[in-house]
Amino acid sequence: MLDAKTRYKLIPYAFLGIPVTIYLIWIIGPMLYSFYLSFTKWDGLTSPEFIGAKNYRMLFQDEVFYISLSNNLEWIILFMTVPIVLGLTLAMVLNKDIPGAKTFKASFFLPMVLSLVVCGLVWSWLYSPHSGLINEVLRRIGLGKLATGWLSNPKVVMESVIAVAIWRQVGYVMVLYLAGLQSVDQNLLDASEVDGANAVQRFFNVIMPQLAPVTVIVIVISIIDSLRAFDLVSVMTRGGPYNQSSVLANFMYIEAFNNYRMGYGAAIAVIIFIISLMFIMFYLTRIAREETNA
Amino acid sequence: MPRQTTIPPAVKMILYLFLVAVTLIWLVPIFIAVITSMRTNADIMSHGFLAMPKTVDLKSYIEAWQRGGLHKYLPNSFIITMPSLVLTLLLSSLGAYALARFKFKGRTFFYFLFVGGTMLPFQILLLPVFKLSDALGIYDTYLSLIAIHTAFQLGFCTFVLRNYMMTVPIQVMESARIDGCTELGIWGKIMLPLTLPAFAAIATLEFTWIFNDYIWPLVLIRTAEKMPVTTGLATLQGQYVQDWTVIISGALLATVPTLIVFIFLQRYFIAGLTLGSSK
Repeated sequence: MLDAKTRYKLIPYAFLGIPVTIYLIWIIGPMLYSFYLSFTKWDGLTSPEFIGAKNYRMLFQDEVFYISLSNNLEWIILFMTVPIVLGLTLAMVLNKDIPGAKTFKASFFLPMVLSLVVCGLVWSWLYSPHSGLINEVLRRIGLGKLATGWLSNPKVVMESVIAVAIWRQVGYVMVLYLAGLQSVDQNLLDASEVDGANAVQRFFNVIMPQLAPVTVIVIVISIIDSLRAFDLVSVMTRGGPYNQSSVLANFMYIEAFNNYRMGYGAAIAVIIFIISLMFIMFYLTRIAREETNA
Repeated sequence: MPRQTTIPPAVKMILYLFLVAVTLIWLVPIFIAVITSMRTNADIMSHGFLAMPKTVDLKSYIEAWQRGGLHKYLPNSFIITMPSLVLTLLLSSLGAYALARFKFKGRTFFYFLFVGGTMLPFQILLLPVFKLSDALGIYDTYLSLIAIHTAFQLGFCTFVLRNYMMTVPIQVMESARIDGCTELGIWGKIMLPLTLPAFAAIATLEFTWIFNDYIWPLVLIRTAEKMPVTTGLATLQGQYVQDWTVIISGALLATVPTLIVFIFLQRYFIAGLTLGSSK
């Protein structure tokens, strides 16, 4: 029989037992196994065969890899800047007691509950070259020259897809800033007003610094979400035309599950993971700092 | 509330118009989807989208529901989502309780394991989980999806619940302990009721996330009969190439459950989003 003290010490492990076991089997173990797979040749049927760093060497010579990487970079930049500017502006305006604020907010929340698949399908229709809304409106208002195949023209396809991601993201960023604005120190704002600061100065010198923690979170989340972006590309373009809308996640999926080059796919996954890891670590260090301060 | 004395009415008016304009632009895709679903493809193709529809027609909803397969995909989504939701909430509340209330070796390690996992790119898990499901004989079953959703969402739920549980005063639990309550009793009778607001918030959010997930069924489900509505819609898209009225009607039908959640539980949904980022 264990004595009471030892039993008490074991209690937390008993509570953690099942969740941690499941987590290790389905998340942590697989994560590590992907590293191993990335050094193998594997078709998904026979057993993986160890081939050293060959997958990585091939990857660094693969043109599609670089197209995907640069598309992910573009995704990160647009997905971060546009929602932050728009989301923050909306939050500033809607934080005030204006008529209909609730309705306005709900309108921006709405896209968030639609699945990315639904968003992708609806927007594919808007982008449709012949009878889609965007081209029809352009032709109707005399800008027919601008009408194009939004998802088939290699020059604009990536931006067309990213636009959908942004459409869905603005509401989320707005929510986070609205919450952040609740904790902006009103006394500080009043004091700066008394000191003669105008609205613009108050925004940049008093409000923005206090919203910095929210901005950091938004940036980290945007980067992570951009790196794992998959659904929209898969539904709208599958990376085409000519891989011009390929992103790493989609590239990985196609290589692994359509071309059965699973070792190669694992190598792409590891690259996505390593890039993400930098930001995950940054985020964890921040949390760790807050934990010790608390 | 910030003071508004310094904002001139003209500026207010401009801001307001800006807001109305942006909001309307934001809702355009949704309006268009609803209008499209009530027209016929032939009408749109011959008269153009901007022409006034001559008739209202709901046949494409019936088409999407019956031949398009939504009548199986949509129930499948619930069969997958509900157990995943219950399991992940139950298990994460156990783990969160340990992390919030006990000091022990590995406490910080486990906490960071869960928090870090919430941000993992799914791609690093796809192949091994595919192989694992195959090895366990659950590939192409609902169970494979329930397992991965439960496991993956543990991270986020544990993180939020743990932080929420930290705010519950420790005295409440101490007195229960003195009264002879077991630890499991304290978790179930004291901690869980006090954590209900956080539960409501993350349950709403998790429902939407799991319901809307697309990549896992894509990798783990092969048979159309077992697909949830997300991969089902992708199949429908291939089945009705260019027949936009049916595709869009299907997409709208697929949205009904999360829309209902959003309409009735918007407050919790938003609370979940902010809880998840405040730390």
